Amino acid sequence: MKKRKERIDRGIKVRSEDVFALTSYRELLYLTAPRLLPVFGLLILVPLSPPYWQEIFISTAVYALLAISWDILVSVGLISLGQSLFYGVGSYVAGALNHYCGLPPVLTIPIATVTGAAICTIALLPVLRLRGIYFSMVTLVLPLMILRLVEATRILGGTEGLTGLSPFPNQITAMYLANCCLLVALFGFRRLMDSDYGLIIRGISDNDRSVMSAGINIHWYKTQILFLGGTVGCFAGAFGTHHDMFAGMPGFALDYSIMPIAAAVVGGTGTFAGSLLGAFILVPLSEILRALGALRIVFYGLFLVVFVVGLPEGLFHYIRRKYHQFERWVEVE
Amino acid sequence: MKGGEELLTVTKLLRAFGGVLAVSSVDFQVKRGELLGIIGPNGSGKTTLVNLITGFVKPNAGEVRFKGKDITGLPPYRIVGMGIARTFQMVKPFYQLPAFKNLIVPLCSPRIKGLLGGSYGDRDAVALDLLEEVGFERDANVAYKPAGALPQGYLKRLELAKAMALRPELLILDELFSGLSLAEVASIVPIIEKLRFQGKTIIMIEHRLKELFRIADRVMVLNFGMKIAEGKSDEVMADEAVKKAYLGSEAG
Repeated sequence: MKKRKERIDRGIKVRSEDVFALTSYRELLYLTAPRLLPVFGLLILVPLSPPYWQEIFISTAVYALLAISWDILVSVGLISLGQSLFYGVGSYVAGALNHYCGLPPVLTIPIATVTGAAICTIALLPVLRLRGIYFSMVTLVLPLMILRLVEATRILGGTEGLTGLSPFPNQITAMYLANCCLLVALFGFRRLMDSDYGLIIRGISDNDRSVMSAGINIHWYKTQILFLGGTVGCFAGAFGTHHDMFAGMPGFALDYSIMPIAAAVVGGTGTFAGSLLGAFILVPLSEILRALGALRIVFYGLFLVVFVVGLPEGLFHYIRRKYHQFERWVEVE
Repeated sequence: MKGGEELLTVTKLLRAFGGVLAVSSVDFQVKRGELLGIIGPNGSGKTTLVNLITGFVKPNAGEVRFKGKDITGLPPYRIVGMGIARTFQMVKPFYQLPAFKNLIVPLCSPRIKGLLGGSYGDRDAVALDLLEEVGFERDANVAYKPAGALPQGYLKRLELAKAMALRPELLILDELFSGLSLAEVASIVPIIEKLRFQGKTIIMIEHRLKELFRIADRVMVLNFGMKIAEGKSDEVMADEAVKKAYLGSEAG
């Protein structure tokens, strides 16, 4: 007699799918708890941590923003291997405005977010028609090209970069700015993907010919998503550059490309919450592993392998399934 | 309605893939309100012809005019915007989505926004109405099932509904009947007849000749990318060249 696992949706999940039909505070809690958890964590728990950890959580937020930006590009079928392009462009635009024009962060960050995203979109526009690996190749090469360009032509401070940029008034301000924007991106993108607009986006990555034959200009939609993802990535860059008081070549380094992808894959793609979760596991983990010295990368790599093999769907998808469904063993012939 | 103005005019359309002429200098016209059947053996260029008209493949030479305007080589979304919708031979719906959600994408197209302006109502409701029109029984809630769980017959109807959602003037159905049972075909034929009654112009690519001949006004036969016959269905079947193409050159 074989056994098979059967999954059944919880009643409350079924009832709350379309119309909210709540009958108790318990059900209200069931629905709101998963949404309140990141809000509570980012706005209350994280700022209460000791100063050393606050610093780590700020860089975690930067990586989480880049991971969310990566995730929205994936949702339209664009796999970016160069999130550092967004980080670097955002960081240099904000840095240059602050260094040469003396604008304060209140102005440089919003300007860098929008113009940076526009620059990245225009730079990637010619390859937007390419599918799959071809787009990825170009995103991988572009930041490295800019890196060498800065080095060779010595524009924007050359190898030294732009130093002495205006910092944030204090760490708490920086932390709230990053975390609030993280929450806006998280809930904003989730809502966007649940709308009819999101349906078109998912359709393009699923079967672009079908969407084309539905009379929709898929390149225009891809451009919009690229710009949206770009704003989040460039904000991360502009924020990071003022936090570090430095804009330079490390902004285009491979770290900013690899870590967001690892975070999104470990957390689970397509949900944005997974990217957030992944970043908040991987970045602090890499800090804890610092105690191991040279072996750090080995253990870090091992953890990634175990995670990806053990939970290929991603952590968030796993948790969500456990939350919404219960399982039981049934006998089959 | 019949014998009206020419809606679609195709002149000397040509497309080669490598050394193979997939479509070679094909001319034909479709009049408003007409149902034109296109038949031909496998690999005779029928689907390429559809791809050329709808902009998925660019022609090497020739011209496609729709309502008097040159649409040769325009991108697919522009051609849909002018009023040509098509179905695909291989149906690939968005499998995880409920069937009716599949219609949201065409309902979001600029063409529908342009036709209906802001006075739109609920897209979900429009989608459910459309699915009922193509035979999704409302009582059985088939429209709410994930598209991946539907049998072939419903998937073909969903494909038809996706094209109808665009409110086209010219509807191109690429092998809508392939892979369906006789009963399933018999249940789709009335939907097509109703569309004709509403004045839609239809081009049908078909392998199921019997069913096609019953509803087509005119039939065109392709072989090796060339038009070998055109006319009423019985005339076409009596044609020597057509017999040769279908039965091989030995048959008399």
